[in-house]
Amino acid sequence: MIQVDGLTKRYAHTVAVDHVSFSVEKGQIVGFLGPNGAGKTTTMRMLTCFMPPSEGTASIAGFDVVKQPLEVKKRIGYLPETPPVYPDMEVGEYLQFVARIKGVPEKEVLQRSQEAAAKCFVKDVWSKLIGKLSKGYRQRVGLAQAIIHNPEVLILDEPTSGFDPKQILETRDLIKSLAGAHTIVLSTHILQEVKAMCESLVIINKGKIATSGTMEDLTRRNGAVMEVSVPDGALTAEDLSAPFSSIEGVNGVTANNDGGLWRIDVDTVTSADLRPKLAQVVLAQGWNLYRLDSAAVSLDELFLSLTTLGAEEVKQ
Amino acid sequence: MRNVLTIARKELNAYFQSPIAYVLIGAYAAMFGYFFWSLVYFFVRASMQAQMTGRTMPMNLNELVIRNLLGNCGVLCLFMIPMLTMRLFAEEKSRGTMELLLTSPLKDWEILLGKWAGAVGMYASLLAFSGLNLIFLFAYGKPDWKPLAVGYVGLLLQGAAMLALGMFLSSVTQNQIAAAFSTFVLLLMLWVFEWMSNMDQNVVTEVLTYVSLLRHNESFIKGVLDLKDVLYYASVSFLGLFLTARSLESLRYRG
Repeated sequence: MIQVDGLTKRYAHTVAVDHVSFSVEKGQIVGFLGPNGAGKTTTMRMLTCFMPPSEGTASIAGFDVVKQPLEVKKRIGYLPETPPVYPDMEVGEYLQFVARIKGVPEKEVLQRSQEAAAKCFVKDVWSKLIGKLSKGYRQRVGLAQAIIHNPEVLILDEPTSGFDPKQILETRDLIKSLAGAHTIVLSTHILQEVKAMCESLVIINKGKIATSGTMEDLTRRNGAVMEVSVPDGALTAEDLSAPFSSIEGVNGVTANNDGGLWRIDVDTVTSADLRPKLAQVVLAQGWNLYRLDSAAVSLDELFLSLTTLGAEEVKQ
Repeated sequence: MRNVLTIARKELNAYFQSPIAYVLIGAYAAMFGYFFWSLVYFFVRASMQAQMTGRTMPMNLNELVIRNLLGNCGVLCLFMIPMLTMRLFAEEKSRGTMELLLTSPLKDWEILLGKWAGAVGMYASLLAFSGLNLIFLFAYGKPDWKPLAVGYVGLLLQGAAMLALGMFLSSVTQNQIAAAFSTFVLLLMLWVFEWMSNMDQNVVTEVLTYVSLLRHNESFIKGVLDLKDVLYYASVSFLGLFLTARSLESLRYRG
């Protein structure tokens, strides 16, 4: 649905976005993650045809952002960092204006605006001045504006910034409910948000892509971790690790007891998932299995390690 | 075309949703009312004097009242136009709504034509208010309506050209005050180039005199519809729109 290839934006003295490439499948939610000033907004502005790239190409639903901007713009809904609302307009009036400039046929304008308002929970402020709304409401009006013409792709720049916790949860649910019908790219520097909403993510740092992939691929490490308890309770660490060492592909096993449960870390040679085999071993030994996970780094660790690297390392 | 109308209607509404429309209409009505009152006052006194001295000189409402009135209106434009154009793009840029317009399926020319049309509409409604005073002339005298209509056409064309220039200056900044002031200075300069007509004739003074906005308004005010002047205003409008289009394009590149 979205195909980005070598996208670059240069300014007189700086390179804001440097050869960024990624692709997004239809119906996915992709998180665009990076520290402030990493180039998230610039990339989004190029995807939405707000500014042309200096180099590289991007296409949305098969249309090139430079060669066919009108076709691209018909298919995207965009919520910039500050919601693009007119404070002197009423919510309903504003949504109808947006519907018209997005090319919604005249006889559907009212109905579509009301639907978008209902979806984004702003129907109760339909005839209020936008300037009088709280920040959360204003942001949701901005979101309603983005989905009004039922675009195939939604591009959301920090959609939950400035919300209170309840609004954050509501907005996340809203965005999740929009996935499937829409392909969504959302930028954020809030990690919980990515965890809560995104299936895959692109981490960008200093204008370059640090890494990208599905959430699971990025955070999974080779190996698995288990928590077990042993009914008769009289085993040593060696006794616990031994049965796993004989499994093919296992590199090393460590077991230690922290309080009640034994924690066993199994290190594997490849990224192959050995969890079913490990479970069989535990059950065969007659132990109680409390937890079995593939080993993973937390998103926070991953993010910090990638965004604090030197520029040279990022290049490789 | 629908896009142009949508934008134009939004602009026109924006004037009336903010205090600008009411302040300008009020100020314009007050100034115009004063001009009208004082010109009619002098006209009445002059005609009384003519009667008392027994000399019956031809007293012409069109020449003595309407012509001066419309001339003054032209000067008022210098102050009104910058206030109409300052927000057109500067406000959108500072509020971030420019991103909405530029990422919607609109062509650049649709955006700027719509904005210009909205501003011209607002200016036309100012002129319409001034027309209310003129009802009195028709009620108590017999002015010729044709030169009056031509004069109004001239004011409208002049306003449209000034609005196009103002819109361009609004598109190069985010600051409304900067936009308004630079527009005012530009219009004032174009106005006073007229003085060059009294200087030594050479290429520079002749060109600058020709460029003067005031000069081209004069024939309209006299009731003369001259194609040359219509073309002048049309080309100044086109220049303003063209520069705005270029400025929008450069905005995309600079971000």
